Amino acid sequence: MTPQDKIIAFFGGVLALLIVATIIGNTMRARQETPTPLVENLNARINSWWAMVLLIGLAFLFGKTGVVVLFAVLSLAALREFLTLTYTRRGDHWALLAAFFVVLPAQYVLVWISWYGLYSVFIPVYAFLLMPIVSALSLDPRRYLERIAEVQWGLMLCVFCLSHVPALLTLEIPDYEGHNLLLIAFLLGVVQLSDVLQYVWGKLFGRHKIAPTVSPSKTTEGFVGGVLSATLVGAGLWWITPFEPWQAAVLALIISLMGFLGGLVMSAIKRDRGVKDWGWTIEGHGGVLDRLDSVVFAAPIFFHLVRYWWT
Amino acid sequence: MLRLLVALVTNSIILFTRLVTAVQARWIGCEPTQTQRIYFANHASHGDFVLIWTVLPPPLRRRTRPVAGSDYWLIGAVRKFIATAVFRSVLINRQPGRGQDDPIGQMSAVLEEGHSLILFPEGTRNATDAPLLPFKSGIFRLASARPDIELVPVWLANLNRVLPKGQFVPVPLLCTVTFGAPMKLGADEPREAFLARARAALLALAPDDASNADEGP
Repeated sequence: MTPQDKIIAFFGGVLALLIVATIIGNTMRARQETPTPLVENLNARINSWWAMVLLIGLAFLFGKTGVVVLFAVLSLAALREFLTLTYTRRGDHWALLAAFFVVLPAQYVLVWISWYGLYSVFIPVYAFLLMPIVSALSLDPRRYLERIAEVQWGLMLCVFCLSHVPALLTLEIPDYEGHNLLLIAFLLGVVQLSDVLQYVWGKLFGRHKIAPTVSPSKTTEGFVGGVLSATLVGAGLWWITPFEPWQAAVLALIISLMGFLGGLVMSAIKRDRGVKDWGWTIEGHGGVLDRLDSVVFAAPIFFHLVRYWWT
Repeated sequence: MLRLLVALVTNSIILFTRLVTAVQARWIGCEPTQTQRIYFANHASHGDFVLIWTVLPPPLRRRTRPVAGSDYWLIGAVRKFIATAVFRSVLINRQPGRGQDDPIGQMSAVLEEGHSLILFPEGTRNATDAPLLPFKSGIFRLASARPDIELVPVWLANLNRVLPKGQFVPVPLLCTVTFGAPMKLGADEPREAFLARARAALLALAPDDASNADEGP
């Protein structure tokens, strides 16, 4: 199979899943006298999934440029949701502008030109040293440490970590040239499927809350069932990757675990700030970060594991 | 030709506002109906009335006019065009005593035409750490002149961070516009009591997350 055939086969599978989900969602709605919020939300989620899959499919059609642009826009949407919940003062205005309009585009341009040496240190070294300077020059020290720390973590999660998804295209894996889009398909497919399966297992069999004070909707049954079944699916996707089936299973397990823990971390932030969702951009899901929280934590680890062992 | 230009500028401003702020309207105290109203909001940025204006459904938007200071909006041809032709603002002189203006009379006249108003009772943009400045008495005098028209408190969250006073490049943070329950001036309600009640109604709409409060966890 050529890379194109594999991408078509992969998306064919995703579309089949979506069609099945849509039929189930509509059947559940049709069987109810009065629609319950759970079923309405389920259908809203499925509708949004169609839009999200379509968007990723379009980005794939445009290759590297499409994926880089898509994730730059997603980073922007995620960063604005994150920084909306942080404490900033008038003196941070220029530092915030720099984060959105200098640091973010620069990071994605560096990924686009495949400059690994710079995109892997640009934010942790240059941005993290220069942005506090900009804020300090505003000569307003009130809650300075908190302001700086929050903006920096926002950049770390929403821009640096997320940019490791398109950065997968810059890896040079022997005997895998021209296939790198499939690495992204593997990562996003496993992470998102793990989220979906945790939701499904949790709704069907969930009894014991795993972290009630942080994320009341997560259950032990959902966690175990979701992560294990996503690992199996990941192993079954070995044919789109440079990995052996058992290696694909191990990586899928790591991705799913990081995704779960990422969701937990992002929930802790939301609880701390007293909000339920990050935003309202994606119908049924909440904000962009509600959908990407697991990707944010899985992408850099996946990137570096593949980079270390396969290039 | 002019109408086309106005429509084009209007749509551009709305699109730009939505892109930058992803603004979400929350009608928690009333519905977006055609009822004639005086919307009163907190004021921290020049974009404030643009934000309210953007989230109003088009039929309401056409009948709703912001009250703004002529000292700012009549400087330069572009500002003047936007203030008068696009927003059809009610421009009032904020320095009473200078000139022969009668702001309450101007606003009442617009209400007579059946239009709604957007009002910022703080009188000036709030650049302090306090969430809301004390109200000026204008809203009381207007309510006394037209006690039949309902007053709707509108809380704008985050726009002061998107575009702080004195800045001109916006930071694209998310904004919300929360519409509270309508209120009216009570019979024989004294000025101070009414102003305090209106201010409390507006402040009650502010989100209690710590992100904008000065103190707190």
